[in-house]
Amino acid sequence: MKPFTVHRGRVAPLDRVNVDTDQIIPKQFLKRIEKTGFGEFLFYDWRFGGDGKKNPDFVLHEPRYAGATILVAGKNFGCGSSREHAVWVLTDFGFRAVVSSSFADIFANNSTKNGFLTVKLTEDGLATVMKRAQEIDDYELTVDLEKGEVRDAQGFGARFPIDEFVRHCLLNGLDDIGLTLQYESDIAAYEKQHPAPPKIS
Amino acid sequence: MGARADARAPGRSGQASRYNSGITMARTLFEKIWDTHVVATPSGRSPILYIDLHLVHEVTSPQAFDGLRAAGRKVRQPGRTVATVDHNVPTEPRGTPITDLIAAKQISALQANCKEFGIRLFDIDSPEQGIVHVIGPELGFTQPGMTIVCGDSHTSTHGALGSLAFGIGTSEVEHVLATQCLSQNTPKTMKIEVRGRLAEGVTAKDLALGIIGQIGTDGATGYVIEYAGPVVRGLSMEGRMTLCNMSIEAGARAGMVAPDETTINYVKGRRFAPKGAEGDTAVAHWRSLPSDEGAVFDKVVEIDAAQLCPFVTWGTNPGMVAPITGRVPEIGRMEESERRAAELALQYMGLEPGKRIQDIDIDRVFIGSCTNSRIEDLRAAARVAKGHRVNSKVRAMVVPGSQAVKRVAEQEGLDRIFRDAGFEWRESGCSMCLGMNPDILQPGERCASTSNRNFEGRQGRGGRTHLVSPMMAAAAAIEGHFTDIRNWEFH
Repeated sequence: MKPFTVHRGRVAPLDRVNVDTDQIIPKQFLKRIEKTGFGEFLFYDWRFGGDGKKNPDFVLHEPRYAGATILVAGKNFGCGSSREHAVWVLTDFGFRAVVSSSFADIFANNSTKNGFLTVKLTEDGLATVMKRAQEIDDYELTVDLEKGEVRDAQGFGARFPIDEFVRHCLLNGLDDIGLTLQYESDIAAYEKQHPAPPKIS
Repeated sequence: MGARADARAPGRSGQASRYNSGITMARTLFEKIWDTHVVATPSGRSPILYIDLHLVHEVTSPQAFDGLRAAGRKVRQPGRTVATVDHNVPTEPRGTPITDLIAAKQISALQANCKEFGIRLFDIDSPEQGIVHVIGPELGFTQPGMTIVCGDSHTSTHGALGSLAFGIGTSEVEHVLATQCLSQNTPKTMKIEVRGRLAEGVTAKDLALGIIGQIGTDGATGYVIEYAGPVVRGLSMEGRMTLCNMSIEAGARAGMVAPDETTINYVKGRRFAPKGAEGDTAVAHWRSLPSDEGAVFDKVVEIDAAQLCPFVTWGTNPGMVAPITGRVPEIGRMEESERRAAELALQYMGLEPGKRIQDIDIDRVFIGSCTNSRIEDLRAAARVAKGHRVNSKVRAMVVPGSQAVKRVAEQEGLDRIFRDAGFEWRESGCSMCLGMNPDILQPGERCASTSNRNFEGRQGRGGRTHLVSPMMAAAAAIEGHFTDIRNWEFH
């Protein structure tokens, strides 16, 4: 996993609540068996018309948000299905973090496995960042995982909550399967006491 | 609360957590299952939880198997891993070639992966094939007290049997394949107590929609819900599965119902359920699982069943619900924070505020999905359909949850009732719940659906989904618009 330490980048505002994983990546793009190459499908039904033509009004198509690496969106971002494709499509598109006031559990969990940061702010903090991203040209945020804070050049700053162990893994780009396997002897001992039902395989 | 917080202090083993100042501490169903599955509690990190059963399907697994291969790892416990194909299988008669080549490739990838890693697969031509959340309980894989995961958010369904079951992403699928464990933060607990009784025509689906309408689509984020109270006790296993299935739509990590005689009678005798002396031991264990008297939940929500009625969603998330006797809401009366989302939803849905729900005409009906495709759901829908005809403007389809459900339905003659009424009777799979197979809505088509999500484009780009119970869907198919099932003329 690619480590995440400090990232500064342009912010794109998606001023909608409850952005679900079906919007982030519609189901017809879930049939691929690879992890990469999803970027073009991000927010597909919003970015493109039924005829496949670009919707110029969609926020990510506005020239001033070109190259944005931080997305800011309304509460309950990533609700819905468990598809990790929703994280792969965001990272493949070029995003490194998403800022909101709340995230769906499975989406947030999936993010941590892909070096992608979910930055949780208060409703007020989110409103400030959303407004600035909409109003200030070339608005940038710095997401500082080392310090656990997010800040801009206009004086906004806030700490964001993150599990200490998740932070450690993200900072160092650790493979958590490897970390679990450090407890192989505990797993083996548990399995000795709880053998698998013999009938399945 | 103090005792509870203490019990969860990191570094304590499950055994130690049962006691507080020498007194046995009352524990919830969730805590009992959690405690007995903690393999290790490494200092400074989340507990490592053992997974009893891992269900696998074609869409969220190929990248996980690739990860195993890349790291030279194998599946640690093939005996605790079961696979099927459900999400993108066509519901045309079996044997019809799969014309979607990318879908076909995904199915063949699962076949190859199961062969390579020694995993039991209920394949497309298997008499046991079905939606993963239908066949798990049906075959007796799902049992009370288990930890169960699957790369699908509706894994919460299995909690109906008193297991702790939750959806995971592909990285975690790989993690479980490789280690049979997951590193998991301890969720909070919520009890939803449902008092009173459900009126005729008000089903588990309406209960689920009523709860989500009340607490919101993020009302249970971070929580595991235990559904309790006389109404939940009175639900069949199918009804409990419908209720637990929709937990994720309220943001919950999982939903559970304590095992009781209904559960035990359901599991007993199923193909992969423990039998003989092993079965007796298991049943004794299951009886010890219900939450203890005085167990403390982080949050308690009370629902009065008398306030429930048949519900219909009007918007683009499952929390946007209205009673069948109600109207599409007036946006002006909403709180500022909800107004914009509601405006966008109504725009997408092509609805005017104030329109009577019963005046909404529909084009399509879908009876199926892991929410409502079990035999009891089909019986309820068939009872409504019997002796009626599907409205001439409506295309309606019934998609059984599994081949086993389909067989039982056919033995009972339900397929005849549906076909005679003009419904399509199809093969099992996820079908139009998410439209990964050819069963999709056309732009602008409006559908009464027994599935779980009414998100924009969920059932097909531009499609408009209204979530309802199987009885309400069948009645809408016949009338061509939503109608109050409580006034239905049964033949």
